[in-house]
Amino acid sequence: MIEFHNVSKRYPNGYEALTGVTLQVDEAEMVFLTGHSGAGKSTLMKLIMLIERPSQGQVVIGGRNLNRLRSGQIPFHRRQVGVVFQNHQLLFDRSVFDNVALPLQIAGVHQREVGRRVRAALDKVGLLERERVNPITLSGGEQQRVGIARAVVNKPPVLLADEPTGNLDPNLSSDIMQLFREFNQVGVTVLIASHDWSLIRSMGARVLTLEQGQLVHDGVLVQGEVPA
Amino acid sequence: MNRDPVARGARHSRIGFADHWQAWHQHHRASALDSFGRLADTPLQTLMTALVVAIALALPATLLLALGNVQRVGERWDSSPKITVFLKLGSQETAINGFRDTLQGMPEIEELEYISPEQALQSFQSQSGFSEALTALENNPLPPTLVVTPAPAMSAPAQLDALRQRIAGDALVDDVSLDMDWVRRLNAIMTLGKQLVMGLAGLLGLGVLLVIGNTIRLEIESRREEIVVIKLVGGTDGFVRRPFLYTGFWYGVIGGLLSCLLVSVGVASLGGPVRTLAATYQDTFVLHGLGFVGCVALVICCIALGLLGAWLAVGRHLSAIEPR
Ligand SMILES: Nc1ncnc2c1ncn2[C@@H]1O[C@H](COP(=O)(O)OP(=O)(O)O)[C@@H](O)[C@H]1O
Ligand SMILES: [Mg+2]
Repeated sequence: MIEFHNVSKRYPNGYEALTGVTLQVDEAEMVFLTGHSGAGKSTLMKLIMLIERPSQGQVVIGGRNLNRLRSGQIPFHRRQVGVVFQNHQLLFDRSVFDNVALPLQIAGVHQREVGRRVRAALDKVGLLERERVNPITLSGGEQQRVGIARAVVNKPPVLLADEPTGNLDPNLSSDIMQLFREFNQVGVTVLIASHDWSLIRSMGARVLTLEQGQLVHDGVLVQGEVPA
Repeated sequence: MNRDPVARGARHSRIGFADHWQAWHQHHRASALDSFGRLADTPLQTLMTALVVAIALALPATLLLALGNVQRVGERWDSSPKITVFLKLGSQETAINGFRDTLQGMPEIEELEYISPEQALQSFQSQSGFSEALTALENNPLPPTLVVTPAPAMSAPAQLDALRQRIAGDALVDDVSLDMDWVRRLNAIMTLGKQLVMGLAGLLGLGVLLVIGNTIRLEIESRREEIVVIKLVGGTDGFVRRPFLYTGFWYGVIGGLLSCLLVSVGVASLGGPVRTLAATYQDTFVLHGLGFVGCVALVICCIALGLLGAWLAVGRHLSAIEPR
């Protein structure tokens, strides 16, 4: 589902954030991406989102080589990839409902479908009764769940989460992780960037570790192990 | 991977053409309403911008209207150019009658009117306030006059000029004046005036583009976050552009209507004085306003400028806002 073939990313300032990364994530897999701050986790996700383009190598998502995508096709690619951010990127000039409805409106979903799907997504993250409120009135954990509802409302086959629990306490974090696991169980490929080792270990999932832009570890962490 | 999971995912959320059309329609309506709502939220600022648009277009529109009215004055006389022939003072009645017969026989001449010095004096006395002064004169100072109406076929200035010269060649004739002269000069001035107004309209239009462009640029700046999120979740450039184009559209609509109002108020306030002025020339000339077609044209011009200004601003500033 997600393939990197010898991918390097050098930013315009000359800094090489990723060096010769090769990896493969299968359909319906759930994988964690770890590494110290600055290791290149966000850069790797930006390449999948086509927020950045690789300097070298190929990124292939769902069999589609992103290097061959023209800029006019980028929006349609992004509709296939849901993203959750640490700072959730919600819009505070509209209700929770309207925030979650945005990807559907963009995709051209019929009005009566929109309401049904938004409520289904909000129900999934346990915020059905808050659809009318402005997200600014919600707690950090609730805001993050609105962000997750927005990411999955259009049923993308791939879900990315860049440090989704970075600002949350451990209890809320494991709730959020549980949500990701549920999406994974219905067939969504999930890639989560995080450096919360204990949380990752408790999930027992496959872990990719980046160090200074290089992939240094790929596998399930055994109890007590700290990667790199 | 032997299956294509992206395609599979796409099938999950497959959307039919009719739904796309409906959604597109819906987003247009929502964008139009939302943009109007935002303008209504800041009425003073909206009115200021719209007023700039209105004034910038009302000015050339008024000038064009004025030129059009002046041209109509010209056409009233242009349609029947007259040649006024002043005969020498003290010409013999018999000589004058002979000359009249000659002219009457010419195919170039449609109509001939003779005004004797006595008739001229009478009408002069009745029209001007100089009756006292005129009666005090010992001799009638006015010459016998012939007013020649050329045949309708004689419309070209060159033909009229030739006719004038033939008449002027007669020994009885003191002077010949052709009304055409000033009509021709007027037309030349009008053409020049129109070009000047068009140039002015171009400059003012450019100003409108800059004002709307700058207003939209500020609007884009203030909605930067929203634009980033829309792009992140797969919004096309068209989707992102739409509300801003509608903002430009609404500025055009409001500015255009205000512009019509300004011009109409101007015409209405000038209408009275013009009628009075025309009356002193025994004329029933009335000032023509924009009319319905003129108003529609003016509003369409404003909308076109609004849309173009928004389009330029959006093209310049939206591409700079990308998710990081
Ligand atoms: N737009 C950019 N321009 C230049 N350098 C960048 C840019 N984005 C990230 N970097 C650098 O690339 C490295 C990797 O960053 P990032 O992918 O955000 O790491 P992580 O998410 O693992 O903390 C960092 O050293 C960062 O400073
Ligand atoms: Mg990061």
